[in-house]
Amino acid sequence: MNTVVAIRDIAKKLLDEKRVDFIIGFEKGSLPLRSTPCFVRSASEAGRLTWNATCENNLAKYLPKIKERVAIVAKGCDVRSIIGLIKEKQVTREQVFIIGIPCKGMIDRRKIEAKLGGKEILEAEEEDDTIILKGPSLKETIKKEEFLHDSCQTCTHRNPVIYDALIGGKVTEDQAIDEYREVKEFEARSHDERWQSFSDEISKCIRCYACRNACPFCYCQECFVDSSQPQWIGKTTNLSDTAIFHIVRAFHIAGRCVDCGACDRACPMGIDLRRLTKKMEMDVKDLFHYEAGISLEDVPPLATFNPDDPQEFIMV
Amino acid sequence: MKESEIAKTEVVNLLNTLIKEYRVFAPVEQNGFITFQEIHSGSEAFLDYINSKKPPKEIFFPQSERLFSYDLSREEGWGVEEPASEKKQRIIFGIRPCDARSLVLLDNVFDGKPYKDPYYTDKRKNTTIIALGCNHPGSTCFCTSLRGGPFSQEGSDLLLIDIGQKYILQVVTEKGEKITKKYNKFKEAEDHSLSLMQDTIKTAEASMKSKIDVQKITEKLGGIFDDPFWDLVSEKCLGCAVCTYLCPTCHCFDITDEVINQTGGRVRTWDSCAFPSFTLEASGVNPRPGNKERYRQRIMHKFDYFVANHGMAACVGCGRCIKECPVNLDIRVVLNSILNH
Repeated sequence: MNTVVAIRDIAKKLLDEKRVDFIIGFEKGSLPLRSTPCFVRSASEAGRLTWNATCENNLAKYLPKIKERVAIVAKGCDVRSIIGLIKEKQVTREQVFIIGIPCKGMIDRRKIEAKLGGKEILEAEEEDDTIILKGPSLKETIKKEEFLHDSCQTCTHRNPVIYDALIGGKVTEDQAIDEYREVKEFEARSHDERWQSFSDEISKCIRCYACRNACPFCYCQECFVDSSQPQWIGKTTNLSDTAIFHIVRAFHIAGRCVDCGACDRACPMGIDLRRLTKKMEMDVKDLFHYEAGISLEDVPPLATFNPDDPQEFIMV
Repeated sequence: MKESEIAKTEVVNLLNTLIKEYRVFAPVEQNGFITFQEIHSGSEAFLDYINSKKPPKEIFFPQSERLFSYDLSREEGWGVEEPASEKKQRIIFGIRPCDARSLVLLDNVFDGKPYKDPYYTDKRKNTTIIALGCNHPGSTCFCTSLRGGPFSQEGSDLLLIDIGQKYILQVVTEKGEKITKKYNKFKEAEDHSLSLMQDTIKTAEASMKSKIDVQKITEKLGGIFDDPFWDLVSEKCLGCAVCTYLCPTCHCFDITDEVINQTGGRVRTWDSCAFPSFTLEASGVNPRPGNKERYRQRIMHKFDYFVANHGMAACVGCGRCIKECPVNLDIRVVLNSILNH
């Protein structure tokens, strides 16, 4: 059975049987190559739900506020985020019905737009592994795998780690992939080069906080950047202000970030936000042998203390 | 006013001539997208584009602007310094008609009654706007629903229309007229050029598919302030400021003091109605506690309050918020659902 039909069927059943109050999923977006988050409250509306390679948002973002019982359409990285949120007690396992979907990666429309060099896409049809793009001076078939989001290209957890229903068969995961290759390459550069590159990226920031707001783990009641008493950081777009925002945000999600890439996708200015978060993820793995969002049982490294924890970084 | 024409090959020379006398801002390609920046050579201008990522409003209303600085350690007094006002005349070249129109909307706020904002008006007064009509409006453009159009002259001093090998030049104001005197390669437009221009305008206008009855929306908004509709429409909003910061007409700002020991200053920075701290009061009460109230404010301000205050909607239909919203919350969809509500 096709994935979309299966999602609609299970959504309908869950709502009919009153097992959940609503479903968080995706529906067709208003633009080509876009799907958009949707909230379905009655079985008769289950037909709105869809699934394709443009379902790029991390829907776990919407869980922390929720009090009701909810079913959520979740790909591999969304499920890892849900696990994190359960462990951080932002939502309970019982409250969430996970409609898990093995994922072959989501496509990055900006990469496609860059390839087209300004030609506008008015229609996009997805067929198995390809997408047909149409526009005023455009008819082109592209391979999905060549235009995946960066985070999808190095994903080693395409299949949901936990779920209450799994739609479709599991997909193969490339465990041999070196997901930290770019981080290591960056680390190998000189201090000055790294600072220059970091400064160039961060200088693009317009302080819209789309990265923070798209992140499932940015649920603080008051973010440090919003505090006015005391005002922890300046409000300007000077490099010192924007750099502090990005560095502190990266530290705050260390050991929690599952590299879903939501921050990267949300950024309108194309800042390579994963350069920071991926480094944090790698360090947590190296230092504490911990990978976020893989198990409901293991204890997050920054929520515990072991006498043999590495502490070379502590300056005496 | 009579139209003149100029060969496209002359544009670089024209810009080079203007650069000698003016600070010229033009679209340039940087980091994979278009931004308006000061250019120092005519060849830097990139005119084959749909629209810039960020609106050119920041040339008048920068995202961060220092209003004054002080130094209390000075013996001769407090040492308060205000930024020097811009002396050199400026030109924005190649701005789209929607963005040119957005300046007219902003004038209501910063150069209207009862307030005149010296930081804005100083820059506005000494800037000439040379707009470039849109032969190929984007699929997210809906300027014709907002009293604009791909070749609208409102807000421009000069309007260029691309007719293939040449640009037609429409002089809109005296300020614009002055520019035409600075360069001797403008010719009176040939009949053939004018007929090409008419065709170009017709084709571009016909290609605009998004049409929204904004007047009806304004009429409806007054009656639905407390409607549960807002809960549903705002549900997926992330509460970021992509839409407001990339909007050419959004103009809300914050003012903060920056103090380091004896020195400091006051800065004005963009702010957004999407942020929780935007309406947070000193008492701790927040009259707009959630997405619903904040998203409603965005729509109400643009299509109800601004209309009541200034007789026009605070939207020019540039489509940036549509293109860049991380969750595809499309303002056209929201406006249409208001109509159908």
